[in-house]
Amino acid sequence: MHIVVLVKPVPDTASSGERLRPDGRLDRAAVPAVVNANDEYALEAALKLVAAHGGEITIVSMAPAAATDTMRKALAMGATRGVLVTDEALEGADHVTTVKVLAAALSGLEYDLVLAGADSSDGQGGVVGAGVAVLTGLPYLSYASKIEPDPEAHQVRVRRISPTGYDVLEAALPALVVCTQALGEPRYPSLKGIMAARSKEIVTKSLKDLGIEAGSVGGAVATTALVGSEAPPPRAATRVVREAPDAAAREIVAFLAERRII
Amino acid sequence: MAGLWVLGEVTADGTLARISTEVATLARTLAEASGQEVAGVVVAADPAAAAAELATYLPRVLAVSEPAAAHRPWSMIAAERIAALLEPDTKEFMFTGAGPDGRDLAGALSATLGWGVLANALGATWADSGPVVEMSVFGGKLTTTSRFTGPTGIVTVRPNVVTAEPAKKAGSVETVEAAGELRQPAVRVAERVVEAGTAAPIEEARVIVAGGRGVGGPDGFKLVEQIAEALGGAVGATRAAVDSGWIPYGQQIGQTGKIVKPQLYLALGISGAIQHKVGMQTAETIVAVNRDPDAPIADFADLVVIGDLFEVGPALLAELGARSG
Repeated sequence: MHIVVLVKPVPDTASSGERLRPDGRLDRAAVPAVVNANDEYALEAALKLVAAHGGEITIVSMAPAAATDTMRKALAMGATRGVLVTDEALEGADHVTTVKVLAAALSGLEYDLVLAGADSSDGQGGVVGAGVAVLTGLPYLSYASKIEPDPEAHQVRVRRISPTGYDVLEAALPALVVCTQALGEPRYPSLKGIMAARSKEIVTKSLKDLGIEAGSVGGAVATTALVGSEAPPPRAATRVVREAPDAAAREIVAFLAERRII
Repeated sequence: MAGLWVLGEVTADGTLARISTEVATLARTLAEASGQEVAGVVVAADPAAAAAELATYLPRVLAVSEPAAAHRPWSMIAAERIAALLEPDTKEFMFTGAGPDGRDLAGALSATLGWGVLANALGATWADSGPVVEMSVFGGKLTTTSRFTGPTGIVTVRPNVVTAEPAKKAGSVETVEAAGELRQPAVRVAERVVEAGTAAPIEEARVIVAGGRGVGGPDGFKLVEQIAEALGGAVGATRAAVDSGWIPYGQQIGQTGKIVKPQLYLALGISGAIQHKVGMQTAETIVAVNRDPDAPIADFADLVVIGDLFEVGPALLAELGARSG
């Protein structure tokens, strides 16, 4: 099985240094980049599927040129190779551009499954997977808690998390599946994996390579723009209670009553 | 077509999703303030009930019958049918929920139409012939406002940012037959499995009682559940508790789980690391019980009790019980 995993390098949310540049775009140079947490679940799912069925994993990213460092972390987990779409014209890209570019990058690859994370920690839109499925014409199976491909029959069964349990979805391969944490904890790269990742191939592609006109994507044609930003009003000072349990419980109840919650 | 569209989401039993009543209220308020027209659309195998409910919030609702919705995932076919309703060169804005179905729908429509998406709105105003949308970014460190650069766009709205309020006068429902074959490749719903004990969706809960590593195990979560029941709330959890297998992933709050905005968030044995904080910091009131006075949650909770949750929890239950008599 050939699996493509869409991987986004994002600012490390634990670094707490994220900020916007004066032009309103995310300052990606200000904080260390990591593999988007939800994409790690997709990659882990791919690694398990390849372990069971054999095959290879290609990670595909759209990011600044320096993202190869972050992609190596995903390769160290066990992916086979990477494809990085990078182009100065992509700066300031919105969801629409991201979807267009990832769909174009997929058209040059062979695969049975495309896996994506449910959303990214920076954009948080959660709309890219569905968009890529539309543009590539792939069957779309989202919010998966279980993925069971049958490569011989060219079919895949997916459990989609629903508000009351799950739906069992079936579609033909190739298909695009959006993954969740319910698929299992991502593994830590082994030392051997980290060493091996150094020599794994990362192919860099420009917009021209993908047959996309530079003026048709990126910040120049962004569909959304920042109007303003401000720090949210600080929460009121914390009331600290150090009483014995019974007195503390009475304080909680009084506090909730004061705020008309109970 | 109207200027603003509310894309109604339908639950598995054919009723209108609660989030859609909130989205409809937000869009109607925006339309009234800006002099725009607003209408709703419901795509379902049998859209009548959900469309009638949406019409209690909006002046006009289109009910699109799509038999395939009975045995295919809703979002992709709804997107196709909604896109087909639009006139060429239309200038409109669409509003839907920011949950799984709404996101799938918004993503499919965005790619089909080339329209931008402003995601996870916490509110919206109107300026320069389009919506200006408020969002929270960087784990709540920054509140931004954004607009669309053109005359079209899609807004996804977080649950609990507005209180649903029906319109003074119910609107009309127009029935529309879906025309033509669906172009999207088929995905079949082979089975809809209802899991016993599946809790109400935590994104919509007014009160959430959540447990973290400090809860210690599945037995500890029984106490969390009891307190949630006493407060009429839902049970949430941190990733650590979910990873330990104490509680299902559907209850997880945080960066790789759900983002919630309840009236009350009661955090038991939760340290409040950034990955969890991003999922719950917009709660109106945060109360925490933690043994560690230096836990990060002590910095942003409204009330923090320094103590053992296995002592404070039962005392709280007794106090709540005494209160309700």
